[in-house]
Amino acid sequence: MSAVDVLGAPGAAGGQVPAAIPRRSRTHGLRGLPLQVKIGGGILALLVIVAILAPLLAPYGQNQLDFDHILSGPSFSHPMGTDSTGRDIFSRTLYALRVDLAIVVAVTYIPLPIGVLIGAMAGYFGGIVDAIVSRIIDTMIAFPFMVLVIAVIAIVGPGVKGVLIGVPIVAWALYARLARSEMLVMREQPFMLATTALGYTRRRAILRHAVPNLMRSCLIYSTLDMVVNLLLLASLAYLGLGAQPPNAELGSIIADGQSSLLSAWWVATLPGFVVVLFGIGAGLLGDGLSDGRLRGEVQ
Amino acid sequence: MISYLIRRIALAVVVLFGLLVATFFIIHLVPGDPVQIVLGGRATPEAVAHVRHQLWLDRPLLTQFWLYMTHTLRGDFGNAFTLGSPVGEILSQRVGPSAALIGYGMLLSLVIGVPLAIVAALRPNGWVDNAIRVSTAVSFAMPGFWLGLMLALIFGLELHWFPVSGYDGGIGGILRTLTLPALALGLALSTVVVRTLRSSLLEVLQTEYVEAARSRGLSELRVVGKHALRNSFMNTLTILSVNIGFLIGGTVVLEQVFQIPGLGQLLLTAVEKRDYQLVQALALLAGSAVVLASLAADIVQAFLDPRVRLGRR
Repeated sequence: MSAVDVLGAPGAAGGQVPAAIPRRSRTHGLRGLPLQVKIGGGILALLVIVAILAPLLAPYGQNQLDFDHILSGPSFSHPMGTDSTGRDIFSRTLYALRVDLAIVVAVTYIPLPIGVLIGAMAGYFGGIVDAIVSRIIDTMIAFPFMVLVIAVIAIVGPGVKGVLIGVPIVAWALYARLARSEMLVMREQPFMLATTALGYTRRRAILRHAVPNLMRSCLIYSTLDMVVNLLLLASLAYLGLGAQPPNAELGSIIADGQSSLLSAWWVATLPGFVVVLFGIGAGLLGDGLSDGRLRGEVQ
Repeated sequence: MISYLIRRIALAVVVLFGLLVATFFIIHLVPGDPVQIVLGGRATPEAVAHVRHQLWLDRPLLTQFWLYMTHTLRGDFGNAFTLGSPVGEILSQRVGPSAALIGYGMLLSLVIGVPLAIVAALRPNGWVDNAIRVSTAVSFAMPGFWLGLMLALIFGLELHWFPVSGYDGGIGGILRTLTLPALALGLALSTVVVRTLRSSLLEVLQTEYVEAARSRGLSELRVVGKHALRNSFMNTLTILSVNIGFLIGGTVVLEQVFQIPGLGQLLLTAVEKRDYQLVQALALLAGSAVVLASLAADIVQAFLDPRVRLGRR
């Protein structure tokens, strides 16, 4: 709903405003951003840097066994303790974060442009195209996300490949629905009507004039989508459908810790906090961006 | 009203048909020969041909779809060949725990979410509101299975209030075995309930009839709790119906955490054993549940809210 508002306001003020808002906020640089965006962005940046530098930062190898230190608690040599084969949880978590963040970025930002394009076309052309696309979107969204992804994994087999295929097959529909509903409003706006009056091709009108405007709200939505996807990935890994052993994902480390939950709480508990931290960072970033956008609209 | 209902039901039927088409293709998208995969490498050609015939895979595609559709509509999902009994029978044995978990989780999300939303809306941007916002942001970021494990660790293993695995029927059994998983599910959903209900309450609080209630000198709690909440009820209903899919997904994971013999565990078994027919039936069931729930919510809304009934005629 807020997605529609953004486009409503500039239209009422005249065709040039949409260009004016981002240009002005760009001159502010980092200082103009809301506090939430800075904190959220900072958390995400920290996690990304840690994930990229995992091989340098991890004190042990991710599959390095140490039978002298089985299920030992958090200490200076093992900041997050060790698991039932003496593997260092901190090192495993760093490597798992690396895998998970890479997959999350892929499964969030591959379907995004596809969905935006499909939604933009459905909204622009209307009629039979819109009716068919909308029913396909409805059908995709009707399946519980988790169940549909698991069904796709049943087809292609468990592992990272299954996740990389399964999530985008479903996830484009969310962006298509968002882009379509915005496009329905936008195609009546002066600047879109102008593309017709100027005799631009429909391809140029959609790709050069509509899609860049649709991208903004879809990118903001994508920060929340990243959280949802990370939670989904963690759940799939927990269920044993993600990266196959011995390679670690955050969810599979937690799953390994379930059997020793009482005697070694750290195995299942501590990696979960990393997931929560990512979710809080992305949530703050998303909230801050959409708040800032709304404020820009009021002025 | 009638024409709105007819249009709404027609839309649901179209989407249900879409679900049939989508689930039909599950078995056809398997790379290689699904029958060989299911039976393993050493199956005799006769056995392969037999199973292929049972699954109608030896017929033309359109005939297959017709058979699939007509059998499904009659409630006949075929035989689950890895478990050796009719799919319909297996489903009906497993549906109880899952349905109870979803219902209980939904109830807890309201018990937790509605009071928090009211308190937050009473003093928007006060410290209580901010505290609630922070805690919902944190619980939104928690993986459901991890939250479940943490609850199991604290209330199950440390305090011994609840068992950490298994399932018992009956009210007492459900309260004992499903409280922890339902709490994990309900906490996750309550973040959505709080956020949506809070903003909807704030919107309603701007209206004239609330102003009128206030000017009559009613207490703020009464204004929000009675006059405003009644008009936000529809929003809550919509939130719950929209999130049925989320709840079903959460159930799949939490059934694994707490070892509850429901449909979610069945789905994982089916994936592991490559029982495509069972996967097909479960995906169809889950999708239909979502479509029917949102249809039901819209119909209830049409009956209760004249704005919907008259506005969309």
